[in-house]
Amino acid sequence: MSTAKTNHVLPGFKLTLGYTLSYLSILVLVPLAAVFLKTSSLTLEQFWTVVTADRVLASYRLSFGASLLAAAINAVFGLMLAWALVRYSFPGKKLVDALIDLPFALPTAVAGIALTALYAKNGWLGKLLEPLGIEVAFKPLGILVALIFIGLPFVVRTVQPILEDLDTELEEAATSLGAQRWQTFWHVILPILFPALLTGFALAFARAVGEYGSVIFIAGNLPMVSEITPLMIITKLEQYDYTGATAIASVMLAFSFTLLLLINCLQAWTAKRTGRDR
Amino acid sequence: MAGATTLKLGGDHAARFESRAATRETPLVKWTILAISLSFFALFLLMPLIAVFVEALRKGWDTYLAALIDPDALSAVKLTLLAAIVSVPLNLVFGVSAAWAIAKFEFRGKHFLITLIDLPFSVSPVIAGLIYVLVFGAQGWLGPWLAEHDIRIIFAVPGIVMATVFVTFPFIARELIPLMQAQGREEEEAAVVLGANGWQILWHVTLPNIKWGLLYGVILTNARAMGEFGAVSVVSGHIRGETNTLPLHVEILYNEYQFAGAFAVASLLAMLALVTLVIKNWVEYQAARSYRDQQDIPS
Amino acid sequence: MSIQVRNIHKQFGNFTALDDISLDFPTGELVALLGPSGCGKTTLLRIIAGLEQADSGSVLLDGADASATHVRERQVGFVFQHYALFRHMTVYDNVAFGMRMKARGQRPSEAKIRDKVHELLNLVQLEWLADRFPSQLSGGQRQRIALARALAVEPRVLLLDEPFGALDAKVRKELRRWLRKLHDELHITSIFVTHDQEEALEVADRVVLMDHGHVEQIGTPEEVYRHPATPFVYSFLGAVNLFHGRVDGDDLRVGEDTLAHDRRDLDHGAEVVAFARPHELEIVVDPQSTAGIAARINRVLSFGVTARIELDGVNGSTGQHFEVELTREQVKELALADGQLVRLLPSRLKVFEQPGAQA
Repeated sequence: MSTAKTNHVLPGFKLTLGYTLSYLSILVLVPLAAVFLKTSSLTLEQFWTVVTADRVLASYRLSFGASLLAAAINAVFGLMLAWALVRYSFPGKKLVDALIDLPFALPTAVAGIALTALYAKNGWLGKLLEPLGIEVAFKPLGILVALIFIGLPFVVRTVQPILEDLDTELEEAATSLGAQRWQTFWHVILPILFPALLTGFALAFARAVGEYGSVIFIAGNLPMVSEITPLMIITKLEQYDYTGATAIASVMLAFSFTLLLLINCLQAWTAKRTGRDR
Repeated sequence: MAGATTLKLGGDHAARFESRAATRETPLVKWTILAISLSFFALFLLMPLIAVFVEALRKGWDTYLAALIDPDALSAVKLTLLAAIVSVPLNLVFGVSAAWAIAKFEFRGKHFLITLIDLPFSVSPVIAGLIYVLVFGAQGWLGPWLAEHDIRIIFAVPGIVMATVFVTFPFIARELIPLMQAQGREEEEAAVVLGANGWQILWHVTLPNIKWGLLYGVILTNARAMGEFGAVSVVSGHIRGETNTLPLHVEILYNEYQFAGAFAVASLLAMLALVTLVIKNWVEYQAARSYRDQQDIPS
Repeated sequence: MSIQVRNIHKQFGNFTALDDISLDFPTGELVALLGPSGCGKTTLLRIIAGLEQADSGSVLLDGADASATHVRERQVGFVFQHYALFRHMTVYDNVAFGMRMKARGQRPSEAKIRDKVHELLNLVQLEWLADRFPSQLSGGQRQRIALARALAVEPRVLLLDEPFGALDAKVRKELRRWLRKLHDELHITSIFVTHDQEEALEVADRVVLMDHGHVEQIGTPEEVYRHPATPFVYSFLGAVNLFHGRVDGDDLRVGEDTLAHDRRDLDHGAEVVAFARPHELEIVVDPQSTAGIAARINRVLSFGVTARIELDGVNGSTGQHFEVELTREQVKELALADGQLVRLLPSRLKVFEQPGAQA
């Protein structure tokens, strides 16, 4: 991380960069290194046995599957919600717009118990769903509901500004060329929104995979059925199996890094496509 | 990665779209989209929020108040405030410093640094807790040395504070980096030419320009610091009256089937979330206003 | 195809954008809507296209009322000020867009679309750019692609909003000539909006001058330039010197000075404003002369083909500035110097009555 050859006119480069790097090292890099060092104390075979145990594999399937599904649902409804907030006037719009950020501000534990209360058999929604044979709380479906809750703002807030900045001339041009409204949406608007939508999807997905607080209350946490991967780590820790916990954590970390890289690329793409890179 | 939480300056654009023939839908389409999206909103966001308050008051005001003035609840409040009071200033200094280095200078590895700052956004909070257990825990790197000197970090207050700092450190930096990049360095360079030193530039030129973004970041940091659950849960050890923050206290009450109490404490946190949203909107409004005022200056 | 607008009125909040506008655009002509920003010209163009709805009045295309017809069905070609090219599509796909959006029954085959796109790209002389994306084109190229895209749906009329507004001066001149030539080939009824008088006068068959939501004058470029109907038109079309005065028989009293005029119809004592273009003023250096307006030379600029003399008014017209255009030979002959006191004598003076104005 060497400096460029240019002579800095502004002061404080060494001080601020030095401070930033030290802070990051103490807070992030050293502890993270601990994860990989701890993992490397296992042989490859031991590591493989831990991270591919049946119960762990089931947790991956659940965590990744539910997160993907939740992100996909959020992509669809988040887009609609962003569209409504940008394009239509309706009473209470300001309130709705403000409350979109609720999952960012509401502690996850609170969300978890609130959703559980709603979807339990005697809860407001659980009561309605039970006669239909749908059980949400303490089932994998409950996990999905919690992950939808925490992921929604990511989609809305990444799509919304792009939708606001969208040049009305583009739609007018398409319409004056004879395009129907749905054709304009499909061929002109959606391709422009797509990178942002995908970014929102990826952000919601990344957050959902690691989510713990809002899920554990509603999940039921049955081994092989409704146990998410972060819970596996906690379970191992509670059994003082530090190496096991760390091995699973390193799998999740590797995944997070990859996703993070992907998201950064996606955001660059969004900037390019919407002309925000100028 | 913080893209989803950055300060937005947009006003209401609906009229612009609804008044033009080429950018509006038929009423049927419009009302269908509104009906579906608002039902989704009500179902997934509004109802959980209402449920918290309804459940909290289910057994009446007396139970509600009793749960709040319980000594364990009060000590949880204290610890939560402590975690926030430590992490907000620390991350504030870090955020300004990181944004200054990244936005005002060119250097190699900048993108990697930004990615590193984003890390807590994508790392599971459980892992955030775990990494400190691995360093400071009884079996961790520094465990034996700490035990020798009778210093407790894990299952004690310092661990909780550290985990909180970790999960909240990107918020301010991530808010300021794009803001300061967009503002460029012309104003700071002008100040240098006029003879200002580093601190004078920071205080008189840079900070006034970024104050709304900074405040926005502080609010988000504070909300997350007070509400963090996963990371804190791993390092806390759940010792009542000692290492319980408010969210952990909620969990304990809930797991002991004291639902009314759990929701009473939860309602406190929900109010905190609502206050956060109100301040956040106020900041957005102020920022948009000052942005507009700046645009109005005739050139 | 002809376009007529009848009694168009459009209000944005308290702001009247168009106030009872009625105009005829004859078939095959290229008409310029000219005026300062905010005069309502773009709004009028958008109403003709159907992108905006008038509060009252109607738009007739080929004699038929099109007010209730959606933009999509109006078959108008619209070229946007910033082109509105679809940045995620190639030039080819942009031009093909309109044909591909047609209902299945009317949609041409891909082969037909290909022929048509290439024909149009040939027409705008940019066939070699078919596979590029809009971001890879220069401003002038984007403009021509936007035009090709609008023409692809075989519109009945072509509407252009500030077609050269976003281009630099040199490209603008080139494209101006090119658009005129293209129109001579296609003869499609076209309207373009501009705030640049030179552009309007040079390109259009007919110019509509607008101000504050009103039509000030309609005519050929020659007519509006030679015979401006209102003070607004006079001052909008090129540099002017203006004199505020009062009618006194055959004279205009301007402060302590007098000017001759030929408006026999004006009453004695009427407040007027008189205009003369810079080349319509003579400079009299004779200190004995009392004709014309007294002025002091501020600066002589003689670097171009013609020389420009900037003067400050004295006597009654103190604080006013005048501009005179002479040949360099004339400047040399007169031996003009900075600070010299001279008199300005109009060779041609256009006088408008201005009730209630301060002389």
